[in-house]
Amino acid sequence: MSTGIETQSDAETGEAELEALIGDRALARDEHLNAPGFVVNPDDVQDVLFDLRDEAGYDHCSCVTAQQYEDRFETIYHLKKYADPTDEVSIVVPTPLSDPVSKSAEPVYRTADWHEREAYDLVGIGYEGHPDLRRILLPETWQGHPLSADYDQEKPQVVTLTEHANPLESDHRDPESDTMFLNVGPHHPATHGVLHVKTVLDGETIADLEPDIGYLHRCEEQMCQQGTYRHQIMPYPDRWDYVSSGLLNEWAYARAIEDLADIDVPEYAQIVRTLGAELCRIASHMLALGTFALDVYGEFTATFMYTFRDRELVQDILEDLTGQRMMFNYFRVGGVAWDLPEPREDFFEQTRDFLDELPAKVAEYNDLITTNEIFQTRCIDTGVLEPDVAKDYGCTGPVARGSGVDYDLRRDDPYGYYENLEWDVVTRDGCDNYARVLCRMEEVEESAKIVEQCLDLLEDWPEDDREVQANVPRTLKPDADTETYRAVEAAKGELGIYMRSDGTDKPARFKIRSPCFSNLQALGEMSEGEYIPDLIASLGSLDIVLGEVDR
Amino acid sequence: MSSDEPRQTIHGSTAPSTDTREARMGEGVDDRFNSKLREAFGTSPFILTKFDQFMNWVRGNSMFMLQFGIACCSIEMIHTYAIKHDVDRYGAGVPRASPRQADVMIVPGTIVSKFGPRMKRVYDQMPEPKFVVGMGSCTISGGPFQEGYNVVKGAEEIIPIDIHVPGCPPRPEALIYGILKLQERIQNGESSPVVVKPYELEEFGDLPEDELVQKLASEIDEDDLVMRYNWADSP
Repeated sequence: MSTGIETQSDAETGEAELEALIGDRALARDEHLNAPGFVVNPDDVQDVLFDLRDEAGYDHCSCVTAQQYEDRFETIYHLKKYADPTDEVSIVVPTPLSDPVSKSAEPVYRTADWHEREAYDLVGIGYEGHPDLRRILLPETWQGHPLSADYDQEKPQVVTLTEHANPLESDHRDPESDTMFLNVGPHHPATHGVLHVKTVLDGETIADLEPDIGYLHRCEEQMCQQGTYRHQIMPYPDRWDYVSSGLLNEWAYARAIEDLADIDVPEYAQIVRTLGAELCRIASHMLALGTFALDVYGEFTATFMYTFRDRELVQDILEDLTGQRMMFNYFRVGGVAWDLPEPREDFFEQTRDFLDELPAKVAEYNDLITTNEIFQTRCIDTGVLEPDVAKDYGCTGPVARGSGVDYDLRRDDPYGYYENLEWDVVTRDGCDNYARVLCRMEEVEESAKIVEQCLDLLEDWPEDDREVQANVPRTLKPDADTETYRAVEAAKGELGIYMRSDGTDKPARFKIRSPCFSNLQALGEMSEGEYIPDLIASLGSLDIVLGEVDR
Repeated sequence: MSSDEPRQTIHGSTAPSTDTREARMGEGVDDRFNSKLREAFGTSPFILTKFDQFMNWVRGNSMFMLQFGIACCSIEMIHTYAIKHDVDRYGAGVPRASPRQADVMIVPGTIVSKFGPRMKRVYDQMPEPKFVVGMGSCTISGGPFQEGYNVVKGAEEIIPIDIHVPGCPPRPEALIYGILKLQERIQNGESSPVVVKPYELEEFGDLPEDELVQKLASEIDEDDLVMRYNWADSP
């Protein structure tokens, strides 16, 4: 472990190196709370990003934020290192209002493809050299860019319902072979929501695949920009990743605002947060496991019902703690809403009962699923995602860890109480569907360990020192023009939030970096050239939640 | 011994053995065969009812639900189907993946502009008679996302809804209550209310000509199905 002083000097030398690397391509400096920012000319972006990736080792393009100021558009590339996510840099690209076009980052980072399409769709910035700059979340016939300044929400819109054409048909000059176009979704039991996958089949093999998203684009960013920091934003994160991982999402917002407004959270509250968050992770992974078993060998009975039985137990505990089964709204800026439920003994007993039974249950799942021959045939060596490809697509969470990328923000960029607890990051080298499922199952056990330690700590905590909330002003107004990008390890991976304050009590820009959005982008890479049933397995093992993909 | 030979080994009576039954019945007249029902209907072993009423009773007690996951509420909907709450107890627990096999559609979540036409299409594919349960605040008014630029202000803008279940999301118990209420209505032969549906699927060529339609004329064919959202008129 390094001490704080060393880290500081590390950061300074790092910054000097970056300055030297970017040189006079940097027009100015921009201070973000999380990272040094460099303002770069729209034409130089690609070169700068190439240099940062190849020479400085910034191999993780975490997020691309687009926003409009009064006098300019701005794109921010939030870069990190997979080896050390605390080593961050932001590349800020201003473009004029009259001609908002900058060079695309897609040739550098594959993941920038969808991020830039989203920026084009919602804010209206163009990217030169982007392979396929179309709308991604809104229908293609939409008029205007909703997060730009002059958008009128009252104007009517027309949305089509058309049969989709086969994109490969025109390429087929050989009349012998022909392809078939198949729509999967948006209403389909295996897509876990309203995902639409356009596939082109050559026999049973997938020749081409394109996920079409936006069927659940609920304007989460707009909602958050309309709410005040103190209370009105917190309910929304619950609804991003709605598979009971509400507390993990709330933590993303809590961490960002606490960074932006410089608030310290009491230690006791951090332990309660950690406890709740890990219970959420267990519930979320249980659902992933149950629906995956349902997807790959149609098992609606045993495995599915067992996982839901366990989810019910977790939800009961969470309901006691927070008052709601799914949409908890339990975190507050600077702490949590209230202390553990009284009588505390009952709560501890109930939670411990659940933890005591868990190992036997996990063993049962292993009997039912992972040692099952049919299951193994469906999962081993299907949906292969190589580590380099995973990094290129910005994959995080169990998807990256199943490909051997050792990246977990709970350990690498510590927050909450994780540093002080004994637990391990689970990684697997299989790179296939099987590895991802095993990874989730082992994470359930690790989460149980964390919960157990939190319970021990809470039980012994002195009664007069149970401070659940810091003293936070009734109206929060962070200083104007402070910007931050903060991420936490949610159930599906790195969930980041970029916020810019303009001195009022509402954020001027609120951008959500969703792990599923990046993970889903890798689906084509995993499935093209494979059989169509493997597409369903891959989709299940990515464990996407459309509420988070579309936001 | 082959079976076509006469069975010499059986002796005694061939009358049915009634020992057990008699032992159970005890003394006196057996009122199982003289039930209340028989009393009510007299000697006739028939129950007379209207065929319509009978069909409604059948429909209410055997509802095939559409497996239709949209958003957060769908997770609670799965919990309603799964262990512990088990809506199958009420004869409504067989989720069908195809709308062509389903009677009841639970709309579990926010409807956004891109999904509206698809939901309408799925609803149209269900055979008559069909019923809809709107689950959660989003299907009532758009819920927490009502102010969103992309959110349809309630599923009733697009399809008729029989039962609204409020909540964000409603608990499984609430959904079960909603389903039971729907069963009651079906059994009583009450049909869906006729509602104003502002958003219809129609051919692009049939839209009234205005600035927006002129602008899109080059992108959309005359006979493509479209849905026009007049956001300014939404509640």
